[in-house]
Amino acid sequence: MLNLKNYHISKNIHIYEQGNLRIAYDVNSGSLHILDEKTFSLIGEMIDYQSNNETIDLNLVGNNLPDDEKLEVLEELEQLQRDKLLFSEEVLEQEPIYPSPPIIKAMCLHVAHDCNLKCRYCFAGTGSFGGCRELMSVETGIKAIDFLLMHSGSRPQCEVDFFGGEPLLNLTVVKELIAYGKMAAKKINKRIKFTLTTNAVLLDEQTTAYLEKEEVSVVLSLDGRKEVNDRMRPFYKDKGSYDTIVPNILRFTEKRPKTSPYAIGNYYYVRGTYTHYNTDFYRDVLHMADLGIKMISIEPVVASPENDFSLNQEDIEKVKESYDILGEKVLDYAQRDQEFSFFHFNAGLDDGPCLPKRLSGCGAGYEYIAVSPEGGIYPCHQFVGQEAYKLGSLHKPDSKPRTDIVDQFRKANVYAKQECRTCWARFSCSGGCHAANVAYSGELTKVYSLGCELQKKRLEVAYYLKIRQALKVGTNC
Amino acid sequence: MAKHIQTIIKGNLSVTIKNGGCGKCQTSCQSACKTSCTVGNQVCEK
Repeated sequence: MLNLKNYHISKNIHIYEQGNLRIAYDVNSGSLHILDEKTFSLIGEMIDYQSNNETIDLNLVGNNLPDDEKLEVLEELEQLQRDKLLFSEEVLEQEPIYPSPPIIKAMCLHVAHDCNLKCRYCFAGTGSFGGCRELMSVETGIKAIDFLLMHSGSRPQCEVDFFGGEPLLNLTVVKELIAYGKMAAKKINKRIKFTLTTNAVLLDEQTTAYLEKEEVSVVLSLDGRKEVNDRMRPFYKDKGSYDTIVPNILRFTEKRPKTSPYAIGNYYYVRGTYTHYNTDFYRDVLHMADLGIKMISIEPVVASPENDFSLNQEDIEKVKESYDILGEKVLDYAQRDQEFSFFHFNAGLDDGPCLPKRLSGCGAGYEYIAVSPEGGIYPCHQFVGQEAYKLGSLHKPDSKPRTDIVDQFRKANVYAKQECRTCWARFSCSGGCHAANVAYSGELTKVYSLGCELQKKRLEVAYYLKIRQALKVGTNC
Repeated sequence: MAKHIQTIIKGNLSVTIKNGGCGKCQTSCQSACKTSCTVGNQVCEK
């Protein structure tokens, strides 16, 4: 007999239709199933029934099915429950356990609070993060790397991301810090993995060769079609950047044909932002795929509602439709041997991260920190310049992150967010972005609801593709 | 073979609450501005 005692179905099982499939995602095991129409409708009825009643009487649901078929479906569900693959037991809520003192494993190094573009949606205030336009000195950068290595505990590999503004405006310092970081890490049997996030304006042939030689992973910014990119990503004199950056990006991506879609090892991703003006952003993704770019990510803009380019509630249906279309296009392109990876359709399920990682999320403030050009330490790149969240300074002797802020971020895990506790996506989105939550609600523990809707849609398509890829057949399953 | 339900991915996520948390995974980022990895898009590096 299917055991439903104290079992909240919609919290622990998500059923939905995508393409021509009826899908069930079991939240606690991370399993995926294809359901036939009868099973889909029976589980749907159970969920409806439970929304008005505390306990489920299985005699009162599924009565449109012949008795023998209802019995068959229930027996299959029962077997899957025994196998812990569907209706699997809910994981008991428990706080993640954190090491003390915190082990910092990654650092976002703001080597340039200046930029050669003035992107309209830039959260960094076109590079300055609300402060002065300045470049990081080598001395501050060295202190930052020393800080990371000193606070990385027994972890053998640390990560440093050169960020801005535009980090290539400070390439000399970047080069010195890569050389120093490799040497300093090697001395204590560690390794630093370097990443650089760039708008590609200065990504010339020489710089490309340098980044290749030093095995630096690179995230390149492009919003897609020329008119879309140029509307939001102009130079200071309002000239669009597309014609300058696309040749640079293509020269770079051609060097890394075997990059990992999961951003492992030496990778590249070309990433963009979609706004109210291109809710048909699937066309931008396809534009990039048609240019020959294989690793693509386009993300929703996060901006105050008063901005003309902000996404609003009326955009949501169009955006969701774009994700649906994009999912089918991913399959079409793969069939035509023009395969590309859309980052947010990657889903780690059977090979994904463990539950402690999923509960704690990105680790901003205690595993991951950002350092501003003047040496200020912040929970992540999005909090840089926000005094209330400043963890400390590299220039204060014996600098350690402020424990009260570290604790605030540690406590802002999935279970601290009321909306997340009953959400089926809780172990995949991990409570969303702290900075987006603060920007939207002023609090770390209140979620950005529009972001939730989009995240859930992306996951639905991602799971659908996971199934389609596993089946490796046409649409008739 | 089951007649009504086809299992495609067999996960064992709940078990990892006991044996997970080694911290070897790369840092993830939940925000829109970095593709360095969102938790749900990662693979375990253990």
